[in-house]
Amino acid sequence: MRIIDYIFIGLLGLFFEKVQAIDIQVGPATHHKSLKAAIAQAQPGDTLCIQSGLYREGNLVIDKSLTLIGEGEVVLDGQHRYEVLTITASNVTVMGLTIKNAGKASLSDLAAIKIRGAQGVQILHNRIEKAVFGIYFEKTQHSRVIGNEIIAQHTNAQSAGNGIHVWKSEHLYIANNRIEGHRDGIYFEFVDDSKVLRNHSEGNLRYGLHFMFSHRDDYRHNVFVRNGAGIAVMYSRQVKMYHNQFRESWGNASNGLLLKEITDSEVAYNYFEKNTIGTYVEGAVRVNIEHNHFHANGWAIKLRGSSYDNVFRYNNFTGNSFDLSVTSSIVQNEISQNYWSRYTGYDLNRDGKGDVPYHPVSIYSVVVEEVPPSLILMRSFTMDLLEKTEKTIPSLTPEKLVDAQPLMKQLPL
Amino acid sequence: MIAIQDLHKRFGKFNALQAIHLQMEMGQAIALIGPNGSGKTTLIKCLLGMVLPTQGDIRFEGKSILHQHLYREQIGYMPQIGHYPGNMKISQLIAMMKDLRKTQGTYLDEELLLAFEIDKIAHKPMRTLSGGMRQKVSACLAFLFNPKVLILDEPTAGLDPLATEILKEKIRQEKQKGKLILITSHILSDLEDIITDIVYLQDGQLQFYKTWLRLQNETGEKRLNRAIAQVMQNQTFTNHPLKKNLYEYQNS
Amino acid sequence: MNTKILKYVVLDILQSRFVVAYTLLLFAVSVSLFTLEGNVDKGILSLLNVVLIVVPLLSVVFSTIHFYNSYEFIELLLAQPVPRLKILMSQYAGVALSLSLALALGMGLPIVLFAYGEVGLSLLASGVLLTLIFTAIGFLSAVLTRDKAKGIGIALLLWFYFAILYDGLVLYILFSFSDYPLEKLTLLLVSLNPVDLGRIVILLKMDIAALMGYTGALYQQFFGSVLGILFSLGIMVLWWTLPISISSLVFRKKDL
Repeated sequence: MRIIDYIFIGLLGLFFEKVQAIDIQVGPATHHKSLKAAIAQAQPGDTLCIQSGLYREGNLVIDKSLTLIGEGEVVLDGQHRYEVLTITASNVTVMGLTIKNAGKASLSDLAAIKIRGAQGVQILHNRIEKAVFGIYFEKTQHSRVIGNEIIAQHTNAQSAGNGIHVWKSEHLYIANNRIEGHRDGIYFEFVDDSKVLRNHSEGNLRYGLHFMFSHRDDYRHNVFVRNGAGIAVMYSRQVKMYHNQFRESWGNASNGLLLKEITDSEVAYNYFEKNTIGTYVEGAVRVNIEHNHFHANGWAIKLRGSSYDNVFRYNNFTGNSFDLSVTSSIVQNEISQNYWSRYTGYDLNRDGKGDVPYHPVSIYSVVVEEVPPSLILMRSFTMDLLEKTEKTIPSLTPEKLVDAQPLMKQLPL
Repeated sequence: MIAIQDLHKRFGKFNALQAIHLQMEMGQAIALIGPNGSGKTTLIKCLLGMVLPTQGDIRFEGKSILHQHLYREQIGYMPQIGHYPGNMKISQLIAMMKDLRKTQGTYLDEELLLAFEIDKIAHKPMRTLSGGMRQKVSACLAFLFNPKVLILDEPTAGLDPLATEILKEKIRQEKQKGKLILITSHILSDLEDIITDIVYLQDGQLQFYKTWLRLQNETGEKRLNRAIAQVMQNQTFTNHPLKKNLYEYQNS
Repeated sequence: MNTKILKYVVLDILQSRFVVAYTLLLFAVSVSLFTLEGNVDKGILSLLNVVLIVVPLLSVVFSTIHFYNSYEFIELLLAQPVPRLKILMSQYAGVALSLSLALALGMGLPIVLFAYGEVGLSLLASGVLLTLIFTAIGFLSAVLTRDKAKGIGIALLLWFYFAILYDGLVLYILFSFSDYPLEKLTLLLVSLNPVDLGRIVILLKMDIAALMGYTGALYQQFFGSVLGILFSLGIMVLWWTLPISISSLVFRKKDL
């Protein structure tokens, strides 16, 4: 995908050529020793080619359309005091820089790169180390964040910030970034019509991805691993999540994916593995959960109150401790044609669908909801016996939550 | 050699042995006689440490045998009924016993093995053996390690006459070497030409402990079974004078 | 001298053919579970029940019967210059070793072939520990009484209690007192049952995701760290050495 980015920049270059932009060399061995001074002298449309070196120039405000390109090892050091880059103009491109030690303030959120009220900003292939906030968007539209590495080693979620933080923005394209060790890997609040593709968010203290009040966003091919509480998607509409991987979110409040107050959305072709809860669904309406694979999770799906008209179809459920757990009265959700590795029925007419309905809510999951410490009795003979009895004479498990056409074979996903 | 001091053994409420005092020395061949259930086998098992006394002590060469095991190197034991691992062949059993017991310098006395022609049946598993054959194996094992003390519990029971004679001859030989031999037998005639002393047990109590010569003199009987029978008829005595008897004997 | 008796005990056990049959049975069951289910995870789940129910049962019954069948051998040895404790220990080690070996071959081989991984290995480790423990429990039952039928009865009762009944009782307690915080009590209760501990050793590998979901801070700590496994293993070792120690004490004073 990087090739496309370069082509894009190339095209951009052609565009600037036409307005006779010039390249300004910046660096210890050049005429312009100070980056700050070079920025001050540059005209909109100019490109700053920054040579290898360590630049400690406090806060750099970019208030005109410039392109900053790091050539070699260009390190901008915030000395733990300054916001390093503050972009307030549109059509700014920042590329190939390493930004270290961005500062921290108690009243405002200082970031390694902050973009405020701009458009057409591109943050490409930079490396951001030890920042509180990595890349921070405020009221920005039509911008791109591609191929950045945003790495921190925070241990306390209170003092940490987010890797990519976006507030009140639209039409962003966030792709191929790697984010580690922040509070939230990617944070969206009031962000619409954006795409989040192929990012890798790992080991963040709270959520790998956290978004609220953000509509019509598209999340594809992202990988979320070992984030404290997994992914949270809340109070949003028309969200599309395809081909993402949610792995190893462990803990009592950890979900691979948390869907809270989500409506009219698609969750498909995702892979959930070894999460305490694969997908936690609460207050979801008209969400299609299809073609996903839930493997070796504690609970593949926890379905909570006021969720209705959701569809769970064509999913694989393999090796989960519990396939589905619900609170008392969950109705009007469709569960059909999934593959359940626990299913033990038969298929006499050989249509690939089991002739005996499958009840994904096990008696044991009901018992655990009732008396949580009984979790420790998992896979004991007593529980097996209970399950077998319940299967023969159902009494406690919800009668209506049933997959009437469980698949005999795992779906190729 | 062996000193039994005030030995008591109780199984539940049953007194198997009561206040037994015995002193046994090398060169003696002692017949341990008494009716069934008189405590003979229990006494022997106490000597071997298989049964632990309720009270009292047994000293072997001056040392208590309680919870000890090394003294058993000096003992050859032929049980009343030989219990052996059924799957083991005779040859394996003998090899195992050699393996377990042979220390450097132990002289292996294989006379009985030869005399009983054990090699001819060596391939047989123990469980297929008849009682008599089993006895032969037991006898061989008891003598094999040339021990100072031989404890033989009903050695001739179940043996054919020829084997009985071979065994008796072997016992006689070992006695002449000055070993201490302790025998129990119901077939009293088997013993009379071997033994030097007689211990008589009844109801777990020691009735008397006399030399065979003295018993012959006292009863005027040359045959052991008749001598014993006479003693049993005259049983008006109580426990205490007999204990005195023991001390008289020991001090004489 | 130390291992000599052990050698003969093992030879004796091998000749009885039970252990060979046990090995073959485990092998056949494991292989068929792995191949017939068509799904390694399902095979592992079925093997879990074999490890938690069948292995303890066969271990406890075989060791009890073996002890009674070895009375002759024990009697023979007792008349020899061999310490009592060594006789018992050799018998125990012989049985435990043979059964563990049977498990390692019969179940271990299929696991390595079909399901090599943390879960498979923890299953195997748990099986070996349960073999050691239930062999010890079998010996204790046998040492306690001379009556073979009674001894086997005690052994079966103990097995039934630990493998079948116990968790039901725990569940009953949890339901009865569900208004109280029960984490510590539950942890204590399961520690009092070797089968539960064996199960937890496997759970910590197989269902860690679900276990981490429990809200109790105690469980979190327990399941989240190496501590859990060390704790389980530690208590299991206690469960192993305790019956053996009691057996030794009884056997030391036993009349044979």
